[in-house]
Amino acid sequence: PEDIPGKNGVTLIDSEQPFLVYREIQHLAEPIALIAHADRELLEKALYQIEVDVDELPAVFTMDAALERNDIFKSYLIEGDNVSDNWLDADVIIEETYGTGAQEHLYIEPQAVIATAIPGESVTIWGSMQCPFYVQKAVAPLFNLPRERIRVVQTETGGGFGGKEEYPNLIAGHAALLAWKSGRPVKMIYGRREDMWATTKRHPSRTHIKAGFKRDGTLVALDIDLVLDGGAYPTLSSVVLSRATLHAWGPYRCNCTRIRSRVVKTNSVPHGAFRGFGAPQAIFAIEMHMNRAAEALGMDPAEIRRRNFLRKGDRMPTGQVVKDELDLGCLMDRALELSNYRHKRSQYEQANRDRGQKRKGIGLSVFFHGSGFTGGGEVHLASEISLRLTEQGGVEVLAANVEYGQGTNTVFAQIVAEACKISPDLVRIHQPDTATVPDSGPTVASRTTMIVGKLIERAALELRHRLNKPEDFRSAASQYLRQHGTLVVSVRYEPPPDIYWDETTYRGDAYAAYSWSCDVAEVEVDLTDYGARVTNFVSTVECGRVLNPALAAAQIEGGIAQGIGFALYEDVVLERGAMKNNQFTNYIIPTTADTPDIHVEFVEFPYNNPGPYAAKGIGEMPIDGPAPAIASAVAHALGGRFINEVPLLPERIMRNIELGSDPLLDQSFGADPELRK
Amino acid sequence: MMQVSFVVNGKNQTLSAAPMKRLLDVLREDLNLTGTKEGCGEGECGACAVIMDGLLVLSCMVPLCQIQGKSITTIEGLGDDANLHPLQHAFQENGGAQCGMCTPGMILAALYYLNNPDEAEDLREALAGNQCRCTGYTRIFKSVEAVGRNEFRSR
Repeated sequence: PEDIPGKNGVTLIDSEQPFLVYREIQHLAEPIALIAHADRELLEKALYQIEVDVDELPAVFTMDAALERNDIFKSYLIEGDNVSDNWLDADVIIEETYGTGAQEHLYIEPQAVIATAIPGESVTIWGSMQCPFYVQKAVAPLFNLPRERIRVVQTETGGGFGGKEEYPNLIAGHAALLAWKSGRPVKMIYGRREDMWATTKRHPSRTHIKAGFKRDGTLVALDIDLVLDGGAYPTLSSVVLSRATLHAWGPYRCNCTRIRSRVVKTNSVPHGAFRGFGAPQAIFAIEMHMNRAAEALGMDPAEIRRRNFLRKGDRMPTGQVVKDELDLGCLMDRALELSNYRHKRSQYEQANRDRGQKRKGIGLSVFFHGSGFTGGGEVHLASEISLRLTEQGGVEVLAANVEYGQGTNTVFAQIVAEACKISPDLVRIHQPDTATVPDSGPTVASRTTMIVGKLIERAALELRHRLNKPEDFRSAASQYLRQHGTLVVSVRYEPPPDIYWDETTYRGDAYAAYSWSCDVAEVEVDLTDYGARVTNFVSTVECGRVLNPALAAAQIEGGIAQGIGFALYEDVVLERGAMKNNQFTNYIIPTTADTPDIHVEFVEFPYNNPGPYAAKGIGEMPIDGPAPAIASAVAHALGGRFINEVPLLPERIMRNIELGSDPLLDQSFGADPELRK
Repeated sequence: MMQVSFVVNGKNQTLSAAPMKRLLDVLREDLNLTGTKEGCGEGECGACAVIMDGLLVLSCMVPLCQIQGKSITTIEGLGDDANLHPLQHAFQENGGAQCGMCTPGMILAALYYLNNPDEAEDLREALAGNQCRCTGYTRIFKSVEAVGRNEFRSR
């Protein structure tokens, strides 16, 4: 602690997580000391000379134990208009528990930063990251410096998926501390094992759902209790929980809904941001529950959904009214058609009756994802961007949003080009650098195109207006620069009109816009080794106006592959709260051999969306749907067995078949009318 | 320390280093060829794949003491910005790369497959040792297939 010039806490929402732990170690991967040397081999030798004496304290590694201790970081309660009465109208009440495991981002490039420091004066950090201004905010108090003395430059970033949202704050601080003390530049690149051992994962979840249905499949009452394992520090858990809570009811109408959610503290390595941000966990539960209900009521999974889809004018449990001409039936029908769902469903059932070693199944999921920050989040962020005329008569975009493979730079250039009526070749994107670009917020939450893209559209239109809407933008720009020297247009976020959110009661418009999607997965389960394999995948997606169909589809395909991993292969084995299988060798992600042909089709409803040219967010949604679609397909292949947990590793499928249940989850089976209140 | 001579991208190289130094580090640190990436450091992810004497190898698994007299091709040996290799061009045109970390290894594995089509059942099997976390592979297949169909013989 004596080497820490300022505050020993990583400032994010709070600053509870220390840069270096000094009293009570909260988890196995917690940093205690930092060591640097110019010679990497000597450094490794030195590491083995360090001995740490610790007294072991009792630790908590399960959500149950944490709940018992009432160790809760954050909880929410949302109650719909009519919480208790509707249960009386239910013909059948179905109650189950669902679980999802932790998931590792496994960006191919590990965490990496370089830091330099002038002690007492300033710190500069270059690194692989999604949110340069987060790093600045986190590191400034560590050195007791004003934020502008901390310069953070995002360098080419080899994948993130949320794993480089908050974690770079910590490693940037570490490198900067070493640079501060040594007076030399310090480079820190995590080895893969270290990366998987120490960095955040997707929050494990357990969701209990009780739902009442009429015999015709109408959902009349819904009670959801969702728990996330937050790990040892609060980090972003409260916000992850918020998104999980606000996606828990799925795309269904039900005016009698109660959602209670909690994120608990354990002594696991802190769980954090991961594409989907709580939504995949909640959506897995509600979607599997809809299948359970379909089976109990003797309905097709598609038809029970159709009966309950949200439509224009419906109210969600927060009171948010669906204002758009929403036609989820159309979205689903297109996916069913593309996948030949009906024919295959009966064909596979027929074929599976022969009791062969290879069983086939087909399943679906329908889901939404809120674009941008929840509720008033975007208002708090108050993002700002600037556009500047360049000497070439083009436009430079100054924003903090990073390119990490998803196409930020291309889409920004497209938006400017469209608004200014110039070639995208004339648009330059400035490297995100806190010293030179305004804070347009983090590159997270499917917000870059919709929120920041809109700012760029506004600024670009303003820029063109300032040049008197020239036919020839390039020469008009050059002329303007000759006369005036420079032209910069800056715009700041303004919330769309008629959007209202109450943070204290959790009522109102949780998101300014939602994207919608339907996935259909086909699987083959081999009863010789109980391995499941996805053989075909169809996704129909409604995300408003698609600005770049190739990039958008590419995002979706990648998200689906990650979702296939989440559903079937990716098993984070936590031993005493830290990842035991922290290697590429034994943490299995989908390879080319495991990833089927993925067919993506966009369906566009004519909305007045808040994004540029009526675009909405797309980055995260594709990981929401695959797990329930694949798990339903596996259930279908196994003759309608109940599945309530992912990842569906072969041993889980075996246990499901041989024991008929999964002892990992405390659950009640079947549609029991006795449970009616 | 051990002195070795070898060829990288057609250029003779001689250097001294520890015998167990990884070819990956030799390329990146000694020769400043940072196109070759490290993803896992244990021969699983394929990001560091290079071609050595006509064989596809993982440079994180090849120690310096095994490269005496060998001829190595890295991504830098395929093309440059002004003069892309047909595979590079195809990856660019078909969205075969997103974050780009797996791309050099992926392109070298694809090149090896196109030159040795009998060594794998199909493209899926040929690229199964190269992991990508961004694309879902669909557009990587499209890119390589486009070259297979001779659409990018621009060079």
